[in-house]
Amino acid sequence: MFLTISTTGTPERPATDLGFLLHKHPDKAQAFSTSYGTAHVLYPEASVERCTAALLLEVDAVALVRRGKGKGRGGAPDAALAQYVNDRPYAASSLLAVALSAVFSSAMKGQCTARPELPEQPRPLRIEVPALPARGGADLVRALFEPLGWTVTVEAVPLDEQFPEWGDSRYVRLELEATRLTLAEALRHLYVLLPVLDDAKHYWVSSDEVDKLLRAGEGWLPDHPEQKLITSRYLSRRWSLTREAMERLELVRLAEADDTEVEEIDNAVDEETDTEEKPVPLAVQRRDAILAALHASGAGRVLDLGCGQGQLVQALLKDTRFTEIVGVDVSMRALTIASRRLKLDRMGERQASRVQLFQGSLAYTDNRLKGYDAAVLSEVIEHLDLPRLPALEYAVFGSARPRTVLVTTPNVEYNVRWETLPAGHSRHGDHRFEWTREEFRTWARTVAERHGYEVEFTPVGPDDPEVGPPTQMAAFTLTAPKEEKAA
Amino acid sequence: MTNETHTKARTLPVTDLSLVVLIGASGSGKSTFARKHFKATEVISSDFCRGLVADDENDQSASGDAFDVLHYIAGKRLAAGRRTVVDATNVQQESRRQLIELARKYDVLPIAIVLDVPEEVCAERNAARTDRADMPRRVIQRHIRELRRSLRHLEREGFRKVHVLRGVEEVESAEVGTEKRFNDLTHLTGPFDIIGDIHGCASELEALLGKLGYVDGTHPAGRTAVFVGDLVDRGPDSPGVLRRVMSMVGSGSALCVPGNHENKYGRYLKGRKVQHTHGLAETIEQMEGESEEFRQQVREFLDGLVSHYVLDGGKLVVCHAGLPEKYHGRTSGRVRSHALYGDTTGETDEFGLPVRYPWAEEYRGRAAVVYGHTPVPTATWLNNTICLDTGAVFGGKLTALRWPERELVDVPAEQVWYEPTRPLASEAPGGHEGRPLDLADVHGRRVVETRHAGRVSIREENAAAALEVMSRFAVDPRLLPYLPPTMAPTATSHIEARGGAADEHFLEHPAEAFAQYQEDGVARVVCEEKHMGSRAVALVCRDAGVARERFGVGGTSRSSAAESGGGPTGSLYTRTGRPFFDDAAVTEEILGRVRAAATEAGLWKELETDWLLLDAELLPWSLKASGLLRSQYAAVGAASKAAFPGALAALEGAAERGVEVRDLLARQRGRAADAEAFTDAYRRYCWTTEGLDGVRLAPFQILAVQGRSLAGLPHDEQLALIDRLVEHDGSGLLQTTRRLFVDTGDPESVRAGVDWWLEMTGRGGEGMVVKPVGAVVRGAQGRLVQPGIKCRGREYLRIIYGPEYTRPENLARLRGRFLNHKRSLAIREYALGLEALDRLAEGEPLWRVHEAVFGVLALESEPVDPRL
Repeated sequence: MFLTISTTGTPERPATDLGFLLHKHPDKAQAFSTSYGTAHVLYPEASVERCTAALLLEVDAVALVRRGKGKGRGGAPDAALAQYVNDRPYAASSLLAVALSAVFSSAMKGQCTARPELPEQPRPLRIEVPALPARGGADLVRALFEPLGWTVTVEAVPLDEQFPEWGDSRYVRLELEATRLTLAEALRHLYVLLPVLDDAKHYWVSSDEVDKLLRAGEGWLPDHPEQKLITSRYLSRRWSLTREAMERLELVRLAEADDTEVEEIDNAVDEETDTEEKPVPLAVQRRDAILAALHASGAGRVLDLGCGQGQLVQALLKDTRFTEIVGVDVSMRALTIASRRLKLDRMGERQASRVQLFQGSLAYTDNRLKGYDAAVLSEVIEHLDLPRLPALEYAVFGSARPRTVLVTTPNVEYNVRWETLPAGHSRHGDHRFEWTREEFRTWARTVAERHGYEVEFTPVGPDDPEVGPPTQMAAFTLTAPKEEKAA
Repeated sequence: MTNETHTKARTLPVTDLSLVVLIGASGSGKSTFARKHFKATEVISSDFCRGLVADDENDQSASGDAFDVLHYIAGKRLAAGRRTVVDATNVQQESRRQLIELARKYDVLPIAIVLDVPEEVCAERNAARTDRADMPRRVIQRHIRELRRSLRHLEREGFRKVHVLRGVEEVESAEVGTEKRFNDLTHLTGPFDIIGDIHGCASELEALLGKLGYVDGTHPAGRTAVFVGDLVDRGPDSPGVLRRVMSMVGSGSALCVPGNHENKYGRYLKGRKVQHTHGLAETIEQMEGESEEFRQQVREFLDGLVSHYVLDGGKLVVCHAGLPEKYHGRTSGRVRSHALYGDTTGETDEFGLPVRYPWAEEYRGRAAVVYGHTPVPTATWLNNTICLDTGAVFGGKLTALRWPERELVDVPAEQVWYEPTRPLASEAPGGHEGRPLDLADVHGRRVVETRHAGRVSIREENAAAALEVMSRFAVDPRLLPYLPPTMAPTATSHIEARGGAADEHFLEHPAEAFAQYQEDGVARVVCEEKHMGSRAVALVCRDAGVARERFGVGGTSRSSAAESGGGPTGSLYTRTGRPFFDDAAVTEEILGRVRAAATEAGLWKELETDWLLLDAELLPWSLKASGLLRSQYAAVGAASKAAFPGALAALEGAAERGVEVRDLLARQRGRAADAEAFTDAYRRYCWTTEGLDGVRLAPFQILAVQGRSLAGLPHDEQLALIDRLVEHDGSGLLQTTRRLFVDTGDPESVRAGVDWWLEMTGRGGEGMVVKPVGAVVRGAQGRLVQPGIKCRGREYLRIIYGPEYTRPENLARLRGRFLNHKRSLAIREYALGLEALDRLAEGEPLWRVHEAVFGVLALESEPVDPRL
């Protein structure tokens, strides 16, 4: 919520010209009200040699929350607890960028009616941001500012010096120095890059972001080496804004009841790695292997258990041999995304009659899942705690009992072949276990025997002679009419 | 067909649950008859349904739709177990066929009542009605022709009773007499001793009857024996068993339902050709030594057996092979065969025996179903059903169930009388391996009946969120018998608060809590220190065997874990059911320490239990909340610490230059101080732990033990038990909970309570919880009062309301908070939690306990100000 802009000068080009450039008189403290609180501009120093302007945004935290009108009971908006205790009043966040553009709008545009020649002239500039939220850390800060001609000094801020084991916070103390930039350029850099570094999901409220980005980025953004990251981060905040509207707060509340970060619970949808635009080749191979196995089984009515965002359902829909496709997931968010991906609401009646999506859980038996030809559990079992795996086994093999069951899961032996994966790490934060080929086979054979299935194994992806394939698949086929439970 | 020809006042027996089909031409007086003899709501007329779909009761073109509606309504009524009378001409076989199918679908008796009235009478009556005046005569003629043609076939069509009323006089004088179904013995309340499959083990039967207290077939306390069938075959003395059972039934001291073996022997006695297998040969041979007269008595006895009984006000159903709820009290061939043979999948197993469908796993009925048929080593309850066939004839034991006591009594077999075709199944159907939890138990909008607060409804979106968390993150539901409810804070403190103790600096103040309880009529409360850790529920079993036996975990009977005595000995979970520690070994270490303390304190013996369910707080807060601390609380502190020095220096610089920033500077200094106070506040609840060093568990309530919920145990007694547990902990894990008792009506005592809180929170304590000493307490209107009210310290609340909440302008705004929804939520969750404990205590099926626990989790996702 605070930053300073300083310049130095000479009697010919006095530092106090900064006042003209900013349209704010150095001897006065001025206040401007913005939608989040009051922005103050004042000058701690103002001499011919040195002049510093400070922008201080007094954030009204209560008003910030009030903006999110909700149906919450108890006289408060239906908001997450995190919105009541947050860093907005202290950190130089996107709110500060908004204030910057509001308070220094003509300076940003390079206008100065009193001294029209001034804005064109580069001057020595020094900008200090003592608490800058910087996702990506010091390296990213440098990568963003250095190409623009800044000399960057960046220092990590510790989370809490009493608990050194907690490490550094997401804030840095930033100092920028340049001699060949104009003030307008400097302001536009800050206007775009502060929110990009902040990258906060929940607090941005604004529209027509694309235009704003194009205007503020004019002259520097197109050639910036990190242009892609800047653009996507800047605009993705807008996307999360729309997402917030559709987001269900129920899970947020359950996380808070448990003093847990929402991300720890609401993580069924992996936004980073699993978008359809650039599918991981392995995911494609996995899907192809599943389709081939389904074709071999002759299945027409297929369950996709743990359908996630619906990629497999979409692939199955394209093949009319699959007459009925049911996608089941426990995550409502995943189902919402899957439904949007499939455009279920706009699908023709005939097509729509082939596909269904509903919430279900493999920790419970479910009569709706009975009587299908095949069930696919693609990268599902490893998301369950091991002690709860028997419940899934029973729900699928004992209760639903489709003729064919396909199960894929990572082969942990292959992890040494992933260059980017640190040793001993699993491939996904939510993987509760990853099995070797032997472990998977032992489990699959036990399940098959107990429930009257036969099982065969197929490698998916390059089958490394030493460590096997990245993904392993088991295809179960029903043999016995009924399991041993007959008493 | 009943062919009585006398015309004087006939009484037509009509079963209480049946589909009554009136048959008669238009104008024969069906509606009048129906009105006279049945409740208006029992009767559905085709005319009425025509009116519903076509606005015209006589629009024959609407008949198709009208009958669809009629069948639909009739189906709903029959499914709900209500007698239904169909008022339509029903003179055509096709229309009757549909109704008979409907009756069969819902397993009720189809009964025909024919109104055979002369054509002239019908025509005359129709002519007198304006809406039917123009009905052609030939329509009535056709009706009567079709009716006459039908008469002879009605029984063959499937009607189980056919009453034909000939002529106007007979129709008008007839009476309808409602008959109970044979299987409806709901008026008998026992107490009962239900006895499992005997199979000719006469000596064991006598031993068991003796053990149950019967003297020569009669119980001195007037108890009634109920035999679940399979009296005969395989064993050494089927005649002896029959003689005993028949005499007991004859004298009214016993009831008996038939087993498949009686059924087959009965058919043999009637001269049908049956295979002399599965021990029938032995019975035939033994019976040859008996008199013809006895054989005749046996034949009549077996012939008169009713396939199942509904007893004790509908709470108990007894039959041979188990019965799903939809068949209870129903009457059809299907129900009979189900009761005798059970539900089979149509397949046979490797021993050539039919494969049985695991119906008990899916059973969700409220009536207990007691049955036999399937030999199991030990009788165990599953979803309110229990199989009493413990294989006496195969060398197992003969088992009886005392009802309503639910006690099992058994005697061992004297020897193996008959070699089993296959080994006794190691589990009851759907036992440990079965997953009796079904999605339908929790999914979607639901209403949970609670004994403490009536019906609690759960919205679909909340159930959906709970399903996700329960499925992906929670511990095994079998080890999750309870979730703690949320708790409401005190009413917001006001300057003019009662007792005058509160002042304007506080948002929450204990004086408000004491005043509220006094208003609720609670004289004595206990203030318990709040520990500011994370809420933890601990299920502690004496050993893995107990966990296996009582909670059904620890793998299958075959698994090596079970054999070696491994498997979990309990669970330790958060308020949303998540395990506290990823590493099961750490959980076990903590459970082990609690277990040792309980042993040292002698609690197992004293509480007559082999497990404890504890409500507790696990410290430090940073242990579990470290993610949140780093991303949220410490982050706020770090940002403020980084930002303020520069900002204050800038303001001071400007001030020195004479710029007018005095107010702004003062405000920023205040904010900086608030931010520092905030950092101090969260730091108090964080400390570094190494393994379990530094970890503390502060139990404050024993929620339940075997067979008992202790939620109603007064808190002074609770704390006495807890103190002993803590005292006997040699490991340093357990931490005491400080407390102070307060009389809400005594100003002196109230002042002491306030001072205690001020002192505690002044030193940085989180605050306290005020609870009625009586634990579960009802107010004047019989409603539950809040089980606890939290009263949080002024500094602690910075973590919740933000660093600057204490500024007067903020406090003023925050005082506008409303508590009603939070309070209602707290009571609803509390009632569900109590319900889960009661259901657990009463040995109800897992799905019933889980339903209530799931409800608590679902309600936790309801929208309410999260700061309350």
